[in-house]
Amino acid sequence: MTPAALDFLSELVRARTGVILQNEKSYFAESRLAPLARREGHESVEALLTSLGRHWDEKLAAATVDAMAIVDTAFFRDREVFEHIGRIMLPTLAATRTDGVVRVWCAGCSTGQEAYSMAMLAVQVEEQVPNLKIDIIGTDLSQRALEKAHSGIYTQFEVQRGLPIRLLLQHFVKTGDMWQASERLRHAVRWRQLNLLEDRRSVRAFDILLCRNVVRYFDPVIADRVLEQMAAALAPDGFLVLGAGETTTAPSLARDETGPDTFRKTPAQGQAAA
Amino acid sequence: MGLVVDDSRSVRKVARRILEALDFETAEAVDGAEALAFCKAAMPDAILLDWSMPNMDGLEFLRLLRREPGGEAPVVVFCAAENEPAKIAEALDAGADEYIMKPFDGDIVASKFSMAGLL
Repeated sequence: MTPAALDFLSELVRARTGVILQNEKSYFAESRLAPLARREGHESVEALLTSLGRHWDEKLAAATVDAMAIVDTAFFRDREVFEHIGRIMLPTLAATRTDGVVRVWCAGCSTGQEAYSMAMLAVQVEEQVPNLKIDIIGTDLSQRALEKAHSGIYTQFEVQRGLPIRLLLQHFVKTGDMWQASERLRHAVRWRQLNLLEDRRSVRAFDILLCRNVVRYFDPVIADRVLEQMAAALAPDGFLVLGAGETTTAPSLARDETGPDTFRKTPAQGQAAA
Repeated sequence: MGLVVDDSRSVRKVARRILEALDFETAEAVDGAEALAFCKAAMPDAILLDWSMPNMDGLEFLRLLRREPGGEAPVVVFCAAENEPAKIAEALDAGADEYIMKPFDGDIVASKFSMAGLL
């Protein structure tokens, strides 16, 4: 791919998603966009981008961004995070909610592994905390990623990344060469297309907000703006969990040393909201 | 110490490389009978175990291993082409700790070893 084509793509993705593509991502872009280029009848990814640069086509631009936005992920990614959620966060929150409902938002859920991991974790925790009800919503920018998440269908390779074999047998059904999340799991999660860059007012207060391995790809200023909005969507005693090694300078959030990559609303933010 | 049990030389070679990259001193056995003899002499910490093999298959080996003195100790991770849920459940009932469905790669082995508490 020529530097010009890559620049064009980088600018398109940055403007739509806030994600900064690194230069070494040329190979990544090729592999992500090759199927789209073929489908659209272009002989190469570069030809697709050149054509898009000359004759703007909104649908094609959206499909290009969509294909670039699918993130590789795994079940129970960073196991200690899920152990902490299961051992501390879910029981603590369930005990303080009169209806026992713990609201979880997986922001940037990609193909659904994280949200389904939360649903499986909830089934485990329910054995010790019987009044726990978990309400999970998964959002992502990529419509294609969400379609896969919604179907709950994964390859044999995918279900072996992070998923213990006993949980695979307990929660998945083998259909041909693929494995599909059980009806119970699929009913536990709702999926919605959402661009984190869009300004919005959340009407719901989330108890656990997972935004993992998302903001690291953002321009830092944009990352903090996105996380400020997330802080506003958190319940006063809610938890925000970022990806391993991710951090924020958003003033409304302060690190919670008791959990891995965990943040809570600063007291000032709680007062301002009151 | 990690023991790779597989009748395919190429699988053993790939698996050995993966285990060595995970800092396991690695030995090989070509079937269940050889693996059992190995374990009686020196119990490994981890066993990566194929299912269908001549002489003694993985399932029979596992059942016999778990009855050996000290045979409860090794973490046994099946690594087999069998991928039907009923077969996998049979392996777990026989005492397997984790299960890898072939084909596999280094990431899957590392992920499964970590789940089984080996890493």
